[in-house]
Amino acid sequence: MPGSLLWVIDIYGRVYTLSTAGQIWELCRDGRLEFKRVTATEPCCWGIASDHQVYVYVHSSEVPIRYQEETFENQRWNPVDGFCDRLLPSDRWQWSDITGLVHQPLDSFHLPSEHWEWEADWYVDENIDGDPTEKGGWTYAIDFPATYTKDKKWNSCVRRRRWIRYRRYKSRDTWAKVPSQNAGPLPDPFSDLSVGGWDITEEPMGRLSLWAVSLQGKVWYREGICHHNPEGSSWEEVSTPGEVVQISCGPSDLVWAVMWEGQLLVREGISRENPKGSSWVVVESPSSEVGAVHVSVGVSVVWAVTKDRKVWFRRGINSHNPCGTGWIGMVGEMVMLSVGVNDQVWGISCDDRAICFRQGVTSNELSGKTWRVITAARDDRSQASSANSLASAGCFFSGEVQVPTETSIMSDTGSSSEAEAQQDTDGETAKIRIPKVTSDSFISDLVSDKETKLNRRMLEGAIPEEGPPLEQESSKAAGETATNAACRTSRGPQWSNVDLEEAQVGSDATDSSSLSSVATYNFGLEDQYGVDEHPLWAWVCGGGCVVDAHMPLNWFNSTSALATSLQSMSLSITPAQTAVWRKQIFEQLSERTKREVDSFRHYEQAVEQSVWVKKGNMQWWRDWKPNKWIDVQFALEQFSGAEGNRDGILFIYYMFNDEKKYLHAFINEVTILVPVVSDTKHTFAIYTPERTKQRWPIRLAATTEQEMYDWLTLLSLSCNESQGIQGAPSKHAIWSTTCKGDIFVSEPIPSLEASPYPLPCDQMYWRQIGGHLHLVECGGPGIVWGIGYNHTAWVYSGGYGGGFFQGLSSSNVHPQTDVKNVYIYENQRWNPVTGYSSRGLPTDRFMWSDISGLQECTKTNTKPPSPLWIWVSDWSIDYNSPGGTDREGWQYATDFPATYHGHKTIKDFVRRRRWARKSKISTTGPWLEVPPITLWDITIQPCSSSRSPEEHVSVWGISNKGDVLCRLGVTQQTPEGTSWLHVGTDQPFKSISLGSCNQLWAVARDGSAFYRGSVSPHSPAGDCWYHIPSPARQKLLQVSVGRTSVYAVDENGNLWYRHGLTPSYPQGSSWEHISNNVRKVSVGPLDQVWIIADKVQGSHSLSCGTVCHRLGVQPMDPKGQSWDYGIGGGWDHISVRANSQEAPRISLPLASDKSMNPRGEAPAINGRVVGC
Amino acid sequence: MKPEDIGEMWFEYEGTPLKWHYPIGLLFDLHASHTALPWSITVHFKDFPEKDLLHCPSNSVIEAHFMSSIKEADALKHKGQVINEMQKKDHKQLWMGLQNDKFDQFWAINRKLMEYPAEEGGFRYIPFRIYQTVSERPFIQKLFRPITAEGQPHTLIDLLKEVSPFAVSQGGGEKKYQVVIHGIEPMLETPVQWLSEHLSYPDNFLHISVIPISTD
Repeated sequence: MPGSLLWVIDIYGRVYTLSTAGQIWELCRDGRLEFKRVTATEPCCWGIASDHQVYVYVHSSEVPIRYQEETFENQRWNPVDGFCDRLLPSDRWQWSDITGLVHQPLDSFHLPSEHWEWEADWYVDENIDGDPTEKGGWTYAIDFPATYTKDKKWNSCVRRRRWIRYRRYKSRDTWAKVPSQNAGPLPDPFSDLSVGGWDITEEPMGRLSLWAVSLQGKVWYREGICHHNPEGSSWEEVSTPGEVVQISCGPSDLVWAVMWEGQLLVREGISRENPKGSSWVVVESPSSEVGAVHVSVGVSVVWAVTKDRKVWFRRGINSHNPCGTGWIGMVGEMVMLSVGVNDQVWGISCDDRAICFRQGVTSNELSGKTWRVITAARDDRSQASSANSLASAGCFFSGEVQVPTETSIMSDTGSSSEAEAQQDTDGETAKIRIPKVTSDSFISDLVSDKETKLNRRMLEGAIPEEGPPLEQESSKAAGETATNAACRTSRGPQWSNVDLEEAQVGSDATDSSSLSSVATYNFGLEDQYGVDEHPLWAWVCGGGCVVDAHMPLNWFNSTSALATSLQSMSLSITPAQTAVWRKQIFEQLSERTKREVDSFRHYEQAVEQSVWVKKGNMQWWRDWKPNKWIDVQFALEQFSGAEGNRDGILFIYYMFNDEKKYLHAFINEVTILVPVVSDTKHTFAIYTPERTKQRWPIRLAATTEQEMYDWLTLLSLSCNESQGIQGAPSKHAIWSTTCKGDIFVSEPIPSLEASPYPLPCDQMYWRQIGGHLHLVECGGPGIVWGIGYNHTAWVYSGGYGGGFFQGLSSSNVHPQTDVKNVYIYENQRWNPVTGYSSRGLPTDRFMWSDISGLQECTKTNTKPPSPLWIWVSDWSIDYNSPGGTDREGWQYATDFPATYHGHKTIKDFVRRRRWARKSKISTTGPWLEVPPITLWDITIQPCSSSRSPEEHVSVWGISNKGDVLCRLGVTQQTPEGTSWLHVGTDQPFKSISLGSCNQLWAVARDGSAFYRGSVSPHSPAGDCWYHIPSPARQKLLQVSVGRTSVYAVDENGNLWYRHGLTPSYPQGSSWEHISNNVRKVSVGPLDQVWIIADKVQGSHSLSCGTVCHRLGVQPMDPKGQSWDYGIGGGWDHISVRANSQEAPRISLPLASDKSMNPRGEAPAINGRVVGC
Repeated sequence: MKPEDIGEMWFEYEGTPLKWHYPIGLLFDLHASHTALPWSITVHFKDFPEKDLLHCPSNSVIEAHFMSSIKEADALKHKGQVINEMQKKDHKQLWMGLQNDKFDQFWAINRKLMEYPAEEGGFRYIPFRIYQTVSERPFIQKLFRPITAEGQPHTLIDLLKEVSPFAVSQGGGEKKYQVVIHGIEPMLETPVQWLSEHLSYPDNFLHISVIPISTD
């Protein structure tokens, strides 16, 4: 199930997780250990177990964590033996690292811990500079150290080659003990730890900061944690001004700690170069009387708890001032708090030990609005109920009401004695569960004094709930349990409140009871209504839990079945409130709905209109020069046609030289409606075939965003209706995305691929589908995947609508988010006095600009791409600009504009650096996330729809890191598949495509192509890669494979066709140039070729990013003849790989037939006649 | 029917003129809860019952009545602070949401009217109205707090006992009255705060009908 996890520990040390997509606390899969602390990130979770050891739980994923060990074999030539391993005494070792300075024989490599395994044995890397060689991988040089070449020359006296071996981390989805330290100062047992720092830098990938506190109050930092080293390498002590009891590390540069005396420590100087920071600053406790006991930090927030359980929020935190300015007291009393991703906050409430979520935390309102109790049910039926939290609350089933006695309530004892008391009553439970958490002084203190209060509260609070109707129920229930008890007393007091079958009571077990709670829980037993119990929590960590204020969560009501009739209500249930009255109200309401609404659904609408008009005021980008926005009246007139089909006309009334004029368009001629949202205007474009030819749509601007979307919805519905389109796209649909991330889909008709007279592609009708994607790929049959700008993988849910489409015109839509970076450039010029400064020449570009330098873009005036987007981070220097940067992110050049490089030379007079800021869009669409691997590219095998629904469909992807992945278990019924199979490569890849006949082609990041041999339905992963050289002096970007054709696009926009492909030699022989100005290519199962082209000239304007269709593609002429231009510009991606509808077969028409209908329906009929 | 005969339209059910300024669900519960659906009512264009009904010359009158109800309810709940802090467009959105049957639009604003400070455990007073067909008074409305002095939640039965004791009086163990909200009979143990948050009508009032149970 997609979704990230909230980690919690109950007071018995059991670890549970709650998924953002779920509503049940799930017991951690590896439940053998009890834990005192957990601290989570998305990929992994760290914890201190009751044995005081540190464990890490790395979530499984289909992509292995593998690390490449390498060593070099060095040889020298001598006249007698030729090249041999006898080297000169002054030479390097025969086995060394790349520099030659370290002796590294093969047997000197050891696995770092028991959690690693070798993938295979050592082998020689035969790839040199991306090209495979057959020379045993040797590279030659005159002497060590020198530059090595792959060709042996007459003066090559030495040679070397690289040996590779991969090791793999195997302990995933389980608690793996972090190996204890062999060298250096050995830490004493840890009492707290906190992980964070994943936003500090992207290099190395997956780097984390892990801070820990030991029992003696020392602070430790774990070195070397990153993706391929999840355990880290060693503990380093960080000196502190005093004894620390607890520490918290945020996703970026905040680290705060609590000292024994109650003051707080703030780490300063944390940066990309120095994630450990440099010094501590003391901040006083929020309250002058009592010290702080707990602190938790996020990106730009700090929350603290003082000893009197009061909650505090620190004001004025930002990246320049990690200390903030002052404390604000917040509502609520908490035991501890956890700040997670997006600065969301969770806490454990003081009085009932429930997990509360802070609602309404947004970037504008970081302190949020209210605490809301998470009322998910626990899924631990498998657990022995001996340590059940209800039992500890003193509510056992019993036949009669009695006054609770002191012994059962455990007024003054700590929870450990409580557990003992429980053991006494629990004779049969073999393994006694001692709550290890109590060994932690902090928690045990809380448990002991809070729990008794709680017991009292629960019992007291329960009594007023008793009412006349309850009495019947409860006495009945009590009667039942008494019967149960009578027949099972021999088995001791073990019971569970989850399943009535197991509800057993030892007659002498306890004499405390609460009648109303018996009745309440009895209801709970029947249908899992409400929370089955009231778990007591000790620790929560939201560091791995990705939620934000807009995300719908199912955590707050576990009444999913009934809630549908009342979904609009926000049910703020607290566990105590799960009472009978609530259930009755739900039942009555759903019954009423059935009675009053459902039985009348078949009634027709009372009012029917045959003609209606909607009018509005808009602005129109006028057709004549000078082009500008002018006020117009806009109207849509709709009418019911003779056969009941609707049609409509659009009118734009405008003034031309004081004369009233109008422009109109028929709804059935509209081919597409494109929203164009910017931060200044809410506009959309309307295209007809004629307007597409002109590259000049009707552009309209509404006064408000809402008005624009109202119009778009209405117009889309009218257009869909007039095109006879409803519901979800068909299995043959053509999918595309625009540069704004909008998704459009078109239904192909058979004549689209007819030859020689196909449907002109400017007549194709496109409709929008909700969601936001960078690219979308379809294949057979009906399987569609998309990739977001943040590389998240999404699978099509089979629905439609979403986005701005409201309720009725949507189906099977889900929330979707996407994140992209907005970039601005800081430009500087060198002058002899001050060096580089922001004072440029008068002729220079803006000192803060966009990439072109033409537009001024400062940090403050740059807005998110449109009102749909919000900022989710602050501006930060981008060290990953193409071309490389120096340590401060600068790129140098001789002058603006020029080519930039990442190091300063004597000739450089200007420099620039790129700043990035993340923005996020939240929308809806028929898409479901396929976590957790982020993707670069995806391909789905095109195939005919005649397959059986159970048949597997091949889907391949390239992960964000460049790994090649094969998706297993994809069928029509489960388009998301089950798991990724990792296919080894020696270099990262960037594009992949699978043809109808299992031809798998891929492009590596170095620009060369590869063909995968022996891919078949039986061996979906194939056996090995064949290197295909790229066209001369070109680096390939993308490849697409149809039934037999293979096309590729290179970095310079050239489209290449692969020549000489035969079944016996599927790699082909050479690349043939087809066209330039091509950005993307999609080859379909009929070998049809569609591209996204740049610089398409229309009669009014030029467009980039235009959909084009190759005409004249025939079995004997797979390269086709010319291009037909369709919708654009601004298109980014197209996939025609699901369209396997062959055109009706026709013979070549005679000359007399030239007048035939270009739409292509007619030739089929005419053709038969003529062809005789 | 001649055009000059067409006066202001009004509705009637079994001799009772129906007040347009009551929610229709309430009218149904109050007058017709025992009849089979669909509910047949009579439309009149003549003889407007001046003493029973308010005139409704345009839909702006309906809007004004709706907004005044919301304001009154908020005065009870939050001393009117929430509604007064809202902007004109928020008020408009409440009305437009209701008028166009757009729940999300309506609830986006109404949500704020349903909030209360956590430490107080509920509204200041519960906005409610109790309607009895048997009574001459159109409805009963009093100040009633959601929480007892001891901090316990008040339930529906507490409310009825205080405001309309006969509705819960039991003669000979027989229930004589039905207490209906939104066509259902919530259990009398239901906390009024919860009812106010979840079963209030769009005008933010909890409209409670007390209907005699016919003895036959």
